[in-house]
Amino acid sequence: MTLELVIAIIVTVVGASTPILIAALGELVVEKSGVLNLGVEGMMLVGAITGFVVVFTTGNHYLAILLAAGAGVATSMIFGFLTLSLSANQTATGLALTIFGTGFSALAGQGYSARPVTLLGPLFPAELAAHPVWRVLFGYSALVYFSFVMVFAVWWFLKKTRSGLILRAVGENDHSAHSIGYSVVAVRYGAVAFGGAMAGIAGACFPLLLTPQWAERMTAGRGWIAVALVVFASWKPFRLLAGAYLFGLVMTMELYAKAGGGPLSAIPAELWAAMPYLATVVVLVLISIRRDASSNAPACLGRPFLPSN
Amino acid sequence: MQFRLERRREPSRFMLYATPVAAVLLTMIIGAIIFSAIGFDGIGAVREIFLTPLTNSYKWQDLGVKAAPLIIIGVGLSISYRANVWNIGAEGQYIMGGLAATWVALASHGAGGWWTLPAMMLAGTAGGAAYGAIPALLKTRLNVNEILTSLMLTYASVQLIYYLVRAPWKDPMGMGFPQTRRFASEALLPNIFPGTIVHAGVPIAIIVALVAWFIMSRSVFGYQMRVVGAAPHAARYGGFSENKTIWLALLVSGGLAGLAGMLEVAGPFQRMVPGFPTNYGFTAIIVAFLGRLNPLGVIFAGIVMAITFVGGEVAQTTIGLSNSATGVFQAMMLFFLLAGDILVRYRLRRVAPQTEAGI
Amino acid sequence: MTLNRRNLLKIGGAAAALPLLGSKAFAQTEPLKVGFVLVGTINDNGWNYAHNQGRLYLEEQLGDAVETVYVENVPEGPDCERVLRELAQQGCKLIFATSFGFGDSVIKVAEQFPDITFEHATGYMRADNVGTYNARFHEGRAVCGTIAGHMSKTGKAGYIGSFPIPEVVMGINSFVLAARKINPDFTITPVYISTWNDPAKEADAARAMIDQGIDIIAQHTDGPAALQVAEERGIVGGFGQGADMSAFAPQAQLTSIIDNWGPHYVKTAQAVLDGTWESKDSWPGLAEGEVMIGEYGPKVPEDVVAAAEAVKNGQIDGSFNIFTGPINDHTGAEKVAAGVTLTDAELLSMDWYVEGVIPPA
Repeated sequence: MTLELVIAIIVTVVGASTPILIAALGELVVEKSGVLNLGVEGMMLVGAITGFVVVFTTGNHYLAILLAAGAGVATSMIFGFLTLSLSANQTATGLALTIFGTGFSALAGQGYSARPVTLLGPLFPAELAAHPVWRVLFGYSALVYFSFVMVFAVWWFLKKTRSGLILRAVGENDHSAHSIGYSVVAVRYGAVAFGGAMAGIAGACFPLLLTPQWAERMTAGRGWIAVALVVFASWKPFRLLAGAYLFGLVMTMELYAKAGGGPLSAIPAELWAAMPYLATVVVLVLISIRRDASSNAPACLGRPFLPSN
Repeated sequence: MQFRLERRREPSRFMLYATPVAAVLLTMIIGAIIFSAIGFDGIGAVREIFLTPLTNSYKWQDLGVKAAPLIIIGVGLSISYRANVWNIGAEGQYIMGGLAATWVALASHGAGGWWTLPAMMLAGTAGGAAYGAIPALLKTRLNVNEILTSLMLTYASVQLIYYLVRAPWKDPMGMGFPQTRRFASEALLPNIFPGTIVHAGVPIAIIVALVAWFIMSRSVFGYQMRVVGAAPHAARYGGFSENKTIWLALLVSGGLAGLAGMLEVAGPFQRMVPGFPTNYGFTAIIVAFLGRLNPLGVIFAGIVMAITFVGGEVAQTTIGLSNSATGVFQAMMLFFLLAGDILVRYRLRRVAPQTEAGI
Repeated sequence: MTLNRRNLLKIGGAAAALPLLGSKAFAQTEPLKVGFVLVGTINDNGWNYAHNQGRLYLEEQLGDAVETVYVENVPEGPDCERVLRELAQQGCKLIFATSFGFGDSVIKVAEQFPDITFEHATGYMRADNVGTYNARFHEGRAVCGTIAGHMSKTGKAGYIGSFPIPEVVMGINSFVLAARKINPDFTITPVYISTWNDPAKEADAARAMIDQGIDIIAQHTDGPAALQVAEERGIVGGFGQGADMSAFAPQAQLTSIIDNWGPHYVKTAQAVLDGTWESKDSWPGLAEGEVMIGEYGPKVPEDVVAAAEAVKNGQIDGSFNIFTGPINDHTGAEKVAAGVTLTDAELLSMDWYVEGVIPPA
């Protein structure tokens, strides 16, 4: 394997990993607050069509990212209102949100399918990325750097800030947090909205970063991979970063192996595709055996909060 | 004037039954308004999606066939959810049931007999239950969250179908297409009404729901499941084992999902194909909630969901409403239904503002 | 009374009620209702889009004599059966099912409705009222392969496929056979991605190929994703599949294979109207205009256009067949003797690769 090929693979892996990393970072914060939103795929699709339409009509990629985030927030608020204000079941609401996002994005996207747009260009001037080695560092669009910054930001927020501490407390023991005066519902609304914004941006990565077009259901299950990834990373931002790149590598290496031959190409496609999910189950088992890490799972995950007033 | 939510002492029985009906009605009204506002034939859409499948007797057989797997899986899930065990991997258990039944059908091809279908049924149920046993084992032994494991296993099982029908189980006479051979006639479910497509799975679904209702409301087992679900601490004092309940919940819901998988592959599909996972397992989660986790309610809910699927296709052909619009209608109905849940446990009270400046 | 939309609807309603009174008397004026069952959405820029274009062409050509309906996103399996019966019950007398996986359902429903004509695209099971139809896309692939053989600098092409079914294998073989007539060292690497529509995965597959020295890409999936990557990376190019995709890749699209189902739909509907339809397998290609070669891209030089046109015209007039021996399989062993041409039946069950294909493991 030449250095150039290695660099090329890295660049492709970065592209494949970025949307699942962004979506999973949002879902991590949501889950840390004790809420399980299974509507990531649906919110991503709403973000994807929003991003596409904005870039198609205005040509402004940054506006597209911003509005995709907004659309993600709006979609997530349906989930938030039902599960937080009306304490509806989170699992069922999340699934319904995915049905909604799939249908809504397809409806909104009718007539946009034969329309090309342009990808978001690299953030840094081309001279910086001219050499292949520098390309690995400076050759990407802003979305990629955004995902790295957000890894750090989420870590910092959860670990170092008071708000992060409150958010974790709410996810760990909602009744205690409530009794010492924190608004469980308000904190969770904030987390769900952040999750929606990140899912919207992750969806916008598809037309802006990966393949500049709109196609129905173009996220093709990446939202579920993001849900798996949060668990795989045992709710830790830096592990999430590593996990996203591992998943991205698995998704990408299959194609490089098949296109280039070699021993890896003998692995059936189906095993490649199942690997992220199986690995997640294995990680779940491992963190449960090592009790110290399992405490990282938010204790209230998926349970509705019903104040006993 | 302000409203305040106040917890009811007991869940309202009236609201329990009224809210699903209200959710469907609200979807029809608001759906018609929204879709008209954005330039569709809103009233036509509502008529075709919700009413045509009911008023056209020719569609009843379709409703039965579409509702049967949803009811069988939904019944199992409602039992599981009553016990506070959140199996959301029914789709995977349905797939494993279908695969286990397929294995029996293929292995006995040419050597089958009267016993083939019962054997497939057993294999299907066992396959689904075995796949449900994995989250049960992990939950009881290692306290691993069953929501996450059952979901992950679903996605792995979909890949298993793709692999099996592409490689070892591929029909040798199938021109290389990824699917198994058509099952021999002993491995196919008989139609119970000649001239229709209603197969044996439809009455089985009704029987499963009735038996489950009887067990859940009249037996010690049902009582145990409900108590552990509602008040785990009290249950522990009562001598009920939480672990046993987890096992039972996952084995029953997994087994029923597996049975549904067997009935689908031996009934409508007649062979294993990559398109076998049709989201019945996920849709049944919604059916279980729409049916208020009550096996009799699940029958109603399964039929309502089937109406929207069948009606969505009617609307496509008669008024050209796209498939995605049907999805939006379905989601809207679920949102209303889930929103209505709160009225079962809470009541809306009008309260006078306490001080003028209080807000 | 002005004739507004509401009045029209009333009149329409009255007309719809009339058949109940005595349908025979009005049979002459009733249009033939034609149903289309699609596996994906008509907005996919590919397979289903092309079938919908064919449907629109049918409406345009036969005007009032036909009325068409379509159902999209129909899953392969029991749902398809229901949709077929729904269409039959709504009075469709001719139904096109446009995906291979609909085959079982078509045969089953056709038994229940012996007076309705069914046509199943890409299938092989027929009955008295079920015909099958397909298009010889591999003829178009030979034209693309010719261009690739001339223009590729590395002599390596990649081919993104969904599943290794005969139709896909045929296309790969045709492509590389044509390319090797120009460049005897030409090779092609098929990559199967196990899905018909996952644009991001298609794009990544294209990237994986380009990074490993491939400078021509062909694909047998439903969208323009791979071509867009070809455009972005500035490689020699690729080919539109199903429809012209130059909007997505103005430089990289060397040409496109266009599925033109319209003429077949018109012919079939006319035959049903005339009462002359009979069950058969219809497999036309370039000669009948069911497969067309789109515009050549700006990068394709004159002499290459001429060579491609020669291959195209040879297939149209019957003087050239890409599957005429000698043909070796991928191990180099002779599979088809000189002068022998593979039969349609052999093509339709093709599960081996010709020399020059680097077979997937």
